[in-house]
Amino acid sequence: MVGRYTVAQMTARLNRVILLFLILLGANDPALAIETSQEFPVPPPPFSEGMFPCSDCHASMEVNPKRRELKEAHEDIVLHHGETMRWCLDCHYAKNRDQLRLYNGELIGYEQSYRLCGECHGNVFNDWKAGIHGKRSGYFTQGKRTYLLCAHCHNPHDPKFKPMKPEPSPHRPMDKQHAK
Amino acid sequence: MRNKKITRRELLRNLSLATLAGISFPFLSCTKEEKEDFLQKHFREMTTDEKKRLIAKWEQRYQQKYGKKFVISTQEALPNTLWGYGLDLSRCIGCRRCVYACANENNNSRQNPQLHWIRVIRLKKGTLINLENSEHYYDPKQVPEPGFMYMPVQCQHCENPPCVKVCPVHATWKEPDGLVVVDYNWCIGCRYCIAACPYKGRVFNWAEPKLPPEEVNPEVHYLGNRPRMKCAVDKCTFCIQRIREGRYPACVEACPTGTRKFGNLLDPKSEIRYIIENKRVLRLKEDLNTEPKFYYFFEA
Repeated sequence: MVGRYTVAQMTARLNRVILLFLILLGANDPALAIETSQEFPVPPPPFSEGMFPCSDCHASMEVNPKRRELKEAHEDIVLHHGETMRWCLDCHYAKNRDQLRLYNGELIGYEQSYRLCGECHGNVFNDWKAGIHGKRSGYFTQGKRTYLLCAHCHNPHDPKFKPMKPEPSPHRPMDKQHAK
Repeated sequence: MRNKKITRRELLRNLSLATLAGISFPFLSCTKEEKEDFLQKHFREMTTDEKKRLIAKWEQRYQQKYGKKFVISTQEALPNTLWGYGLDLSRCIGCRRCVYACANENNNSRQNPQLHWIRVIRLKKGTLINLENSEHYYDPKQVPEPGFMYMPVQCQHCENPPCVKVCPVHATWKEPDGLVVVDYNWCIGCRYCIAACPYKGRVFNWAEPKLPPEEVNPEVHYLGNRPRMKCAVDKCTFCIQRIREGRYPACVEACPTGTRKFGNLLDPKSEIRYIIENKRVLRLKEDLNTEPKFYYFFEA
């Protein structure tokens, strides 16, 4: 009976089998069930210019876990984010600075930093995943919308949203000064 | 003096000639364009063919006026959609980015009249109910100001819209996907709808709209952001030209704080449904029974 199938039909059947296999695999394996970065398409992380990859400098440096005033580099960073209980290496992985470290020891890239933020800010993380916290752009149909990383709006070292200058107020009806 | 008797036939003939002359006088004294516009049918009564001709006509006219190639969409409502909007009051900082992004996207008149579809009102904290004492001309150096909260108000796209009810010529109506739209050519400029709207959601082109050609957005929808004319009422359409293609409205994309949310109320997986199910929401002036589809919400 195989002879009755065309090549296209065979390919379609094969694809379906592979897809089913992948779905079953994902359901069984918790590691695969975790959100991948593809599920939340994000633009590249907002690195300061010339900073990344961090290992360019850090690979050859000795690790110094002590809390101190930074003098040789990163002087611009003032930690204002739970600073009494946190220091650089709580989030940045000591042995490879190009990666971040979760509580469970898992290493992630900067493009998945939302998972690190989500470890403390669980409620916000849930809202973010649902598309409620934070800005979305592009197409609102599932899968096509673009997310922003937490760090695109909140400086991770000083996350409070900064005040900004408002756009000009609308003209009052009697305003003649704007007449042109 | 001869007592001439006018026959019935003569009377009828003279009367009809006089009427014909009377009717045709305005047509002889106006331009061809004005004549066409006057005879243009109501948008909802046009056939597909008539719509096509209409679009071609307006595309050509806009090209002449603004020097840009316009694409006028007449895309109809998508099936199984009812658009709803969410706005996080605990997050809005009153920066007015949405106001100007909206005006730019929607080809609003820039100056004299300056028409904005979004009005950001400022309220003292703790006086959310007291809309009469709100202020929308606030102009501080920086926002948010301590002690104040901000509440953008625009067309709420009511399920039971009073503006539609009062229109004497049916120039405004509710689309199947819940959007309240205006046929700018059918509108006679009586402004009953402006008086009827409890949200000040509509604005009026008191003068010929002033829209610099270099700022024109040529991707328009016939019932949405195409350039308007004097004496037409216009209003927020939730960016009909974008949402019917699946894109977020311009105000959602412009908001720097992620205050604005948008989605399909009939889709259980949409952002707006998540908000209604998980957040504390309120609708403005609910007691008026207008059933707005604009949900203000708070972070818990």
